[in-house]
Formats: sequence, structure tokens, C-alpha cells
Amino acid sequence: MSGNMNLTLKVWRQKNNNAEGKLVNYQVKDISPDMSFLEMMDVLNEQLIVKGDEPIAFDHDCREGICGMCSLYINGRPHGPKDRVTTCQLHMRSFEDGQTITIEPWRAAPFPIVKDLAVNRSAFDRIIASGGYVSVNTGNAQDANSLPIGKEDADLSFAAAACIGCGACVAACKNASAMLFVSAKVSQLALLPQGQPERYLRVHNMVAKMDEEGFGNCTNTGACEAECPKGISLSNIARMNRDYFVAGIASDN
Amino acid sequence: MSNSSSMFKSSLGKKLVMGITGLFLISFLMVHCFLNSLIFINDGGETFNLGAEFMAKNWVIRAMEIVLFGGLLWHIIQAAILTRQNKKARPVAYAASNPSANSKWYSRSMGLLGTILLIFLIIHLRHFWVVSRFTDEITSGRETLFNEMKEVFSQLWVVILYCLAMVSLGYHLLHGFKSAFQTLGWNHVKYNSMIEKTGMIISIVLPVLFAAMPIAIYMGLIK
Repeated sequence: MSGNMNLTLKVWRQKNNNAEGKLVNYQVKDISPDMSFLEMMDVLNEQLIVKGDEPIAFDHDCREGICGMCSLYINGRPHGPKDRVTTCQLHMRSFEDGQTITIEPWRAAPFPIVKDLAVNRSAFDRIIASGGYVSVNTGNAQDANSLPIGKEDADLSFAAAACIGCGACVAACKNASAMLFVSAKVSQLALLPQGQPERYLRVHNMVAKMDEEGFGNCTNTGACEAECPKGISLSNIARMNRDYFVAGIASDN
Repeated sequence: MSNSSSMFKSSLGKKLVMGITGLFLISFLMVHCFLNSLIFINDGGETFNLGAEFMAKNWVIRAMEIVLFGGLLWHIIQAAILTRQNKKARPVAYAASNPSANSKWYSRSMGLLGTILLIFLIIHLRHFWVVSRFTDEITSGRETLFNEMKEVFSQLWVVILYCLAMVSLGYHLLHGFKSAFQTLGWNHVKYNSMIEKTGMIISIVLPVLFAAMPIAIYMGLIK
């Protein structure tokens, strides 16, 4: 735990979406085990800048594990080797001195590479815009217990709403399917009274948009749930399936 | 908006088709396995031949045979379409990948396992179905399905092939059974463990019984 580490990094470098990309080897020395993974990347970028090289582009924002901006496919897993953390909350103590770490961007046709490790996840925004909202005024915050929502439903809705839209589910899925993300956004509203008026129209439109964006199909491997930094449950996908079939069979929408 | 045709073109609609046809094919396997297990009565194939004759002459069964082939074809074609779409969704592969950290190998290999089963099925149909439907060997009474079985399973390579195919079947069902329920939206803590256990039992019992048939006949245990 105590000693600082020297590491070999294999990082995906790609000028833009049209350019050819390749893995490039870098050495970083004297990395503290207490650094976050992104701080280690900052150290590498400073080295590159001092040398006059182009720094590596990667997405990050809050660095608190709540914004969903950071990504990185680290040694074959989204957000690295630890469960239930984002890359910004992954620390270098999860690696060993002398280790080689391969760092790649999310790989999915609907997530085109912007540069190096940064991908464009606007497809998720377009899916949200297709139905991930309620069109009713919900007013001010209610007094406690004044809304008739069962505790179980409130908890399930809250758990689904924990999705930060980072895209690790798509990155982990062998089919680059976005169903865990879409099902979380469908479920968080389908479980609450405010979400009922548009419940079936919503699931229909969001699934249509998801398909249109070119995400793959779910084969229930469970990789998404295992890699999700927020532990979004596969039961959300089952709920989305149910609602979608009801939308197809019994809804006027 | 959502009409039935757009539903079946969608990703979720195709999944639904995979799940429903898959469960239907499992129901066929159960009937098939039960009837064939009649050889274990070891009465010279008498009971088994009676069963086979009933299946061959009953018009409901004959009609279901067409539905069965339809379901099988739909399952295969849909799988091919889905696989193509899935490959297109990830045009560039990862250089370093560690999928065993987040999922079971057989859940990721349904296409491969299914392809092995398809190759097996073609050989299997050639062995038994073609003989019983397209020749008069059995209807004329010159040959019985039981004798056909003894003849086919006297070859070692056939026995090995059937056993390997049944390993594929076991893993295919182990993921397929519970996966179908998830696709149908049946996911609840109340019954999830029951679905999982039932799937486990089906994916062990069916292939083991099926594999036991060629093995027992080859070893001369079935007279």
C-alpha cells in the first residue's frame, strides 16, 4: 500500500472520429497509491505537455462519482477493476507497482469518438428528450407523506433514478445495448403517479429512439448490471419489457 | 403509433420472439425427451414404438410439427438478425477485454451454442426424421424407429457427436430458460429463484436423459 508505483500505460490515441487510432505506450513514475485514476492521468498529461506533446483527451467533471461524465475502459472493464465506482472514484491502490494498464474509450457505434478517450454520448440525451420527462406541473416540494406513493415504489424509483448516464452499461455489453440505461429512465417515472399519464407513450418513444440510435439488443448476460457504478438493477429492463408490451397490446398510444 | 408490426420490428419485439419461441422449443424438448425415455423400459422397444406410432398418426401432432418447424426457423432467423445488429453496434472491438468479470461465458455464447445445435439438428433429422417421414421403411412395417435408433447408435462417432451436442444444449438452456422470463418481464424476488432453479433442473435433466440414450444403446444396455 505504502510505496509509490511505476506503471506502463497503453492509451488509445485518436485525433478525431475520422482518423485512425492506435494504442500508445507511456511510462508514469512515482504514482501515489492515494491518487485517483484521473489524477494519475493528469500527471501523465503534465508530462506530455512539458515534453511538448499533445495531452490525452478524456471526459471528467465533478470527480465525485455523481455526474456521469468520466468513462474509460480500463484493463477490459468499464470504470476499471472495482465494482460500483466511477473512474474518478477509482484509486491507484487498486493497481500494483509495475503493472501494465490498457485504457480505451467506450466502444459503440452510437458513441462516436471525439478525441482519444472522449466519446460523444449525445445519443443518451436524445433518448431522454424522446420521453424521459413528465409534462405535468408537479408544484412545490410536498409536505412529508402527503403524496400517496408506497415506500417500495418510492425506493425502486429512487434506485432507478440513481443512474448517472455514464454509458458503462453500453460499454460493458457485448452487444453495445443501452437497455439498462433506457430502462432506468423509464422505470424512475413509471413507478410514480406523476409518470402515469405518459407511461406507455414514453416507453414506446424511448425504445424507438434507442433503436434508431443504433444500440445493440439485450441478450440478458447481466454484464451491464455488474459493471454499473450505481448498481442499476436488471429488474428495470424487465419492467421496461412489460410496459413496452402493454404499450403494444393495450395502449392507444 | 405503436402498432403490432412496429412492435415486432423493434429490439424489444425481437427479444420477445426469441423468448416465446425458445420456451415453445423447450416444451417440445420435454415431450420428445419423455417419449424417447420409453426405451429405458427395456422391453425391446415395444412401448417406445407404440409412442412413436401415436405421434406419427395423430393429426394434432402432425399439425404441431409444422408449428414446431415454424418456431424453430423463426428462432434461428431472428437470432441471425439480432446478431448482425449487435455486431454493427460495436464496429471496433476492445483491445483488452475481461468479460468473465461481469458475465457467464455461456450467456455470451448463445450464438455459438445455437450454431452447434443447428448442425447437430441437421444430422439428427437426417438420422431419424427423414427416414420416418420420407421413406416407407417405418409405415410399411419393415423397420421400426427403435431398430433405427439401435442401428444409428451403433456408431461411436454418432454417440460422441450426440453427447457433445447435449453439452451445448445444457448450456444453451441454462441461459435461455431464465433469460426468456426476464424478456417477458417476469422478474420479481418472489419467484426469481424458482425460475432459476427450474431452468437449472431442465438444463441438466433433459440433456442427461437425451445423452443417456445413445450411450446406453451403444453399450448394449438396451435390448
